[in-house]
Parts: sequence; C-alpha cells; structure tokens
Amino acid sequence: MTIKGKAYIAGAFEHPTRKAPDKSVAQLHAECAKGALEDAGLTKDDVDGYFCAGDAPGMGPLSMADYMNLRLRHVDSTDTGGSSYLLHVAHAAEAIALGKCSVALITLAGRPRSEGVATGTAPRPGNPAQPDIQFEYPYGPTIVNMYAMCAMRHMHQYGTTSEQLAWIKVAASHHAQYNPNAMLRDVVTVKEVLDSPIVASPLHRLDCCVISDGGGALVVVAPEVMKSLDRPRVKLLGAGEAPKGQLGGDVDLTFSGARWSGPRAFAEAGVKPADIQYASIYDSFTITVLMQIEDLGFCEKGQGGRFVADGNLISGTGRLPFNTDGGGLCNNHPANRGGMTKVIEAVRQLRGEAHPAVQVKNCALALAHGTGGSLGTRHGSATLILERE
Amino acid sequence: MIAMESRTLPAPEPNPETKSYWDAAQEGKLLVRICTACGRAHHYPRALCPFCFSDRTEWKTASGNGTIYSFSVMQRAPVPYTIAYVTLDEGPTMMSNIVDCDFDTIRIGMKVKATFKPTESTARLPMFTPA
Ligand SMILES: [Zn+2]
Repeated sequence: MTIKGKAYIAGAFEHPTRKAPDKSVAQLHAECAKGALEDAGLTKDDVDGYFCAGDAPGMGPLSMADYMNLRLRHVDSTDTGGSSYLLHVAHAAEAIALGKCSVALITLAGRPRSEGVATGTAPRPGNPAQPDIQFEYPYGPTIVNMYAMCAMRHMHQYGTTSEQLAWIKVAASHHAQYNPNAMLRDVVTVKEVLDSPIVASPLHRLDCCVISDGGGALVVVAPEVMKSLDRPRVKLLGAGEAPKGQLGGDVDLTFSGARWSGPRAFAEAGVKPADIQYASIYDSFTITVLMQIEDLGFCEKGQGGRFVADGNLISGTGRLPFNTDGGGLCNNHPANRGGMTKVIEAVRQLRGEAHPAVQVKNCALALAHGTGGSLGTRHGSATLILERE
Repeated sequence: MIAMESRTLPAPEPNPETKSYWDAAQEGKLLVRICTACGRAHHYPRALCPFCFSDRTEWKTASGNGTIYSFSVMQRAPVPYTIAYVTLDEGPTMMSNIVDCDFDTIRIGMKVKATFKPTESTARLPMFTPA
C-alpha cells in the first residue's frame, strides 16, 4: 500500500496579511480555507475531510469545523508543531486512498505578532505534566537558544561557520525582494547578517525567522476530483514522517528527524535527492535549513556549510533553489508554524506560478520539508515529494 | 561576560516519579536513573527504562562530573545566561546551565562539575561550573 499517485494538491492559499490586529484567529483560518477552495475551484460543501493542528482555536478540529459549518466524515488534528501541515497532506492522502474522504481541507492561522508574543526569546513554562518540563524549563530554554546549541555543536563537530549560515539568509533575501507580501524585502549581505546582534550565541538576529500573523490552507483531493478541476495537477509521490527527541539521554544535536523522514519519502516516490528541482525547507533559523539539507541527502553530513555557501540556494544560479517566497527567514512565519507555507510555495513552483524572477524552469519535481517543536529538544519531521503531472 | 546573581530561577515541579531527584538536589546530590536490566543510565529520569523498557530502574548518586556537549549564551534576556547540554561521566546528557564563570571562556569539551543553585522555592537546581 502506498500513497503514491493517490492524491493531488488542488488548492493552495497563503493569506496576504502579515499583521492582523483587526481579525480573529478563527476568521483567519476561515479566510485561508475560502482562498484555497476558490483556488481549487471547489466550494465549502465539497469538503468532507478537515485537518488542523494546535493553532486552531478550540478542541482539536471541533470548533473550526463548527465555525465553518463543515459536514465531515474524516478529521485529524495531529499536532507536531510547524511540521503538522506536511503530515496532514500525507495523512489526507492516506485517508483519500482508503476512501475515507475525497476533498480534504487543511488550515493554519495565527496572530503572534499582534498578540506581542516573545516567540523565540522567552522560556515557556508549558504543562507541568509534560514529563520533560521540570528538567528543562528552570534552565531557561527558549526556541532560539535550543537551535543555537545545534549550531554551536555543528560548528564544533564539522567546522561550520557563521559566514556559511549567513548565506542561507542571503539566499532567502534574494528571493524575498520579489515577494510584495514579504516582511523583509531588502537583500542582505553576509556581512550584514554577521553584524546583526547576537540573540543566543552563535545565532545572530538575522539568523532568525520573522514573527508574523497570517495563515494558509491546502485542499488535497482524490484523483477523480482532480480530473474534474481546471488546475495544474500537483501529485503527491511520497511522504515520510519521524519524531526525534533526546534519545533517552544520548542527545545528538547534529541531526534532525529528516534523517529518517527523508529516505522514507524518497523511497516511496522512487526518486533521489539529485532529482529534486526545487526544495521548500523549514527555516525557523539558518541552522535549521543547513541540518535538513544534510539530513535529506542533498549533501554529506557535515558538508552543509560548504553546500549553502556562495549563493548555492539562490534560484537561477544555485544548485538547489530553496524557499523562493523568501521563506520564514524573510517572508512570513504565520502562527510560528512554517510548514504550511513550505507546501504552498512548492505548489506554486510546480504550477509555474512562482514569481518569474525566482521560478525554476520546467519545475516538475519538488520537495517540501518541515520540522516542528525544537531541534534542540524534541521535534516532528515531515517530508513530502510532489510532482507536476 | 560574568554571570550576574540577580537571575531568579523558576522552581521545578516534582511529581511522584521524580521527587527523589529533587530531594537529593536540595541536599547537593545529583542522581541519575539507572536500569538494572540493561545496565544503562538515562536522563531525564523515568520509572521505565527508555532503552529496554524494563521497570527495574533505580537511583544512583552521580559523581557530578561531566563534559560540555553544547552551549549557548542567551544574550537577549533580562540577565544573560548560558544554557548547555552536559554529558555526565555516568553516560547521559542533561540540560543545565553553566554558571560562576566568564561566559566567554566556555567551550564545548570543557570539563565541568555540579553545583546546586537556589530557586524561587526551597528546591535547588543542579548546574555546572568549570572543573
Ligand atoms: Zn534498560
């Protein structure tokens, strides 16, 4: 049993807002849903499967399904942080393959910017019943210092440099200049990244993603539904998922769950990393991208620094065009969860609907990959391989 | 950069599974949980061994000696501090803070020893300082 060829992404929508003090979170979810359904040429009444994660207000899928007044026969609210929406695409394909639904809607939205959340720099107490909390929270773990420890170890073990990490931000900024909705549209240099203040050593301010309001949605459909629609066909070829944690105390910060989710997706799709023409790669921080590029097999472990340097991720000149919307590093990071926008930009590339300045020529095979939670403690990892049919 | 003393440490919230760990820390002792079925120590401590899933686990007093696996100086904080993963001589790696030293001198691979710092409650937190 495989999901290869069993489902298509028919609709994709990225909310244009980056700051939404005048909207509710539920409203943003619904606006994204509406946008993705209109993009697909479908209506709300066609939806029979709904997928959302922890950013959806209410218990699991219940409140948002009720807000949108959906009549459903399949729901899934698996939450693996920012990687949830890539998992949802895979889970939707599984449900479709089994006949449990035929039009699956996936939504994400949030307003961390309007709500003034200190997303990356404030320790969060969490639920005391979470078994790890008492052994971590008192020490002041934050999103940024956890990823910073990954970067510090990678530098120690493989000789990776801050200059190499900076190239990832530089490439993202080259793409973001063409995105009118991007929060940071100015092209930056390696020196500007290195001159920005250290937030948590060795990560600088410009090694970090933006904090934005917004959201996105996807519509995943069965082959027979896709045939009835007048949209380019983006087919799911393979998917892999894997959570990773501290391994009982055998902590290893130099690799992510992509080491496991990536090969599963490639095996199902029957393609190799070298075949991929465009990659959306989760970019909460520059180090996130570097580790995943290695773990997904685009280069050898430890060679990520050399791989990303000198503009190798810039569309048109580099070997692996990545995050051509500007990604989380420059465009947006709605609800502090970047997985949704990773899929959306991959769909744009495969449809030929990316900005002409960053569109990959004849893009027929793309990868979208996400992590969620923290690479420094425990995280979800999900990989999708998509083909233009 | 030298650590300042004004950082207030949140208190851990022990539960029946972990109370002994925090009681020992209050007395200046670091415990690790060790499995008598497979012989391996793990962290954070659990009733069931995360390696072989045996329930034959017990407390052992650790030497308090370890090596810095990785660290980061959190600059953007009211009082900057250094978070770290420290690999204990007993095997497992634990999250902690590196304290009582010049943060600029901290390096991966540095030998450290445990020290116990007061929190906002009566609990004390195992931290590490250069050996
Ligand atoms: Zn055991």
